[in-house]
Amino acid sequence: MKDELIDYCLRLGDSSLILSHRIAEYCSKAPILEEDLAITNVGLDLLGQAENFLNYAAKLKGNTTADILTFKRREGDFRCLHLVQTPNTDFAYILARQFLMDSYHQILFNKLLNSKDETISGISKKAIKEVNYHLDRSSDWIKRLGLGTKESNDRIQNAINNLWMYTDELFTDNSTDLSMEKNKISPLSSNLKKEWSELVVKTLRDSEIEVPKDVFYSLKYGKDGFHTEYLGYILAEMQHLPLLYPDATW
Amino acid sequence: MENERKLEEFQQKIDANIKIEPKDWMPEKYRQTLIRQISQHAHSEIIGMQPEGNWLTRAPSLRAKKILMAKIQDEAGHGLYLYCAAETLGVKREQFLQWLHEGKAKYSSVFNYPTLTWADMGAVGWLVDGAAIVNQVSLQGTSYGPYSRAMVKICMEESFHQRQGFEIMVQLAKGTEEQKQMAQDALNRWWWPSIMMFGPHDSESAHSNQSLKWKIKRESNDELRQRYINKTIEQGQHLGLTFPDPNLKFNEETKNYDYSPIDWDEFWNVVKGNGPGNKLRINHHIKAHEDGKWVREAAKAYSKKINLSKKIA
Ligand SMILES: [Fe+2]
Ligand SMILES: [Fe+2]
Ligand SMILES: [Fe+2]
Repeated sequence: MKDELIDYCLRLGDSSLILSHRIAEYCSKAPILEEDLAITNVGLDLLGQAENFLNYAAKLKGNTTADILTFKRREGDFRCLHLVQTPNTDFAYILARQFLMDSYHQILFNKLLNSKDETISGISKKAIKEVNYHLDRSSDWIKRLGLGTKESNDRIQNAINNLWMYTDELFTDNSTDLSMEKNKISPLSSNLKKEWSELVVKTLRDSEIEVPKDVFYSLKYGKDGFHTEYLGYILAEMQHLPLLYPDATW
Repeated sequence: MENERKLEEFQQKIDANIKIEPKDWMPEKYRQTLIRQISQHAHSEIIGMQPEGNWLTRAPSLRAKKILMAKIQDEAGHGLYLYCAAETLGVKREQFLQWLHEGKAKYSSVFNYPTLTWADMGAVGWLVDGAAIVNQVSLQGTSYGPYSRAMVKICMEESFHQRQGFEIMVQLAKGTEEQKQMAQDALNRWWWPSIMMFGPHDSESAHSNQSLKWKIKRESNDELRQRYINKTIEQGQHLGLTFPDPNLKFNEETKNYDYSPIDWDEFWNVVKGNGPGNKLRINHHIKAHEDGKWVREAAKAYSKKINLSKKIA
């Protein structure tokens, strides 16, 4: 069970870490200055969540740290979801990705408040306040873009269409999910689907964005250690200093 | 004459250290000077996000990444306060940005230098924010109310930035041989640009006298520069690094550090935007602004619709 718990913490930690990294890439590129501030806020919260989950994973593993896990782990040992790895194609993609993840995080962290694992419920308790704000913000933007102009509606529709397949992974159970559920640490991923769909479908419909059809996307997912081609580049950039100077501390 | 009487009253207020507020009468030249200076300051905060953002995805520890991200966010916040302060003078932010993009408005040339290694995140925080603080602390006493209040808010955060930058320098200076070299190299590259941030010598400065009389500026370029140098050398002595100036020496008579003549050719070259740095920074800003146009239009259209439906309901 311990291995699965570590695996689960890595999934949560890595997903927040990589999403935060994508936000960091977007630094100083937002449409207005207020959004630069707001999105960086989200990025900082996610980085904090990542740190918490990775600290816990490191403690469970023993003989390692959150920094070592972040900067010296090989790609195949990362457990982040495919959705967070997708690139910052434009503001619509960034926003759509954020909205899909925020809504997932809100439902997940609410459930994790009741986790039998006190560290996980503790981290979730702090995270849920942040995530509520994140979801408010991204839902607002979904509405603005959906109902704004013809161009903005087209763009956000297109982004939602193209990212939709990645949501498949969010609700697919693997052996870690089964073990977490059995030990009352988390619900099955598949159990989150209904609530998530209701939430997301409502916001999209209210914003005049069509809900894409579900597709069965892949047999191999980020949470199993099989990644998109994007992740390698993210890690190459993120890890380059600690790998180049292995004896240094930072 | 009416105007002369007003001008006299205005100067009396300034001399009595009464702040000038947006609705108060002010000489047109006072307004223009402030518009130029505050917007230039705002642009500096915003353009300054780029050289630091350049290392955000490569910060070598979670802690370092968090601190850098929060710092860049602070700078965006500073830009926002300052644009708001500048807008009280009757110019809209969109106009300020247009002037920036057209090259009519300037920003601190120090941000045209590239950030080449992680040590630059230390040197920029320690030296560039350090120089900015000296200037901004002095500007807390500026005569224009909104500008003065913005400076008070900003200064608290700037001193964090400076300390965090110095912390990176300490860590590198005490680290491996390679880290130490990295720190020395960053000090070598950022020392002179940070000194030049205070602008030309008082004898060469185009705007200084009137600005001092109106208390837009409170101290001269050279006074501020000297304070910065004194303060920074004291801090730097503990690092075990060498400042790139063989003539730095404490002068017992003046109680100041003497320093070598400044390379004004380099200064004016960078101010005029020669070299790739200036184009890179401005093009980055223009691109982000243009990429965001459809988003701003959508937000505007949406809020119109919402207001309309509120009126109907
Ligand atoms: Fe600054
Ligand atoms: Fe600042
Ligand atoms: Fe700063």
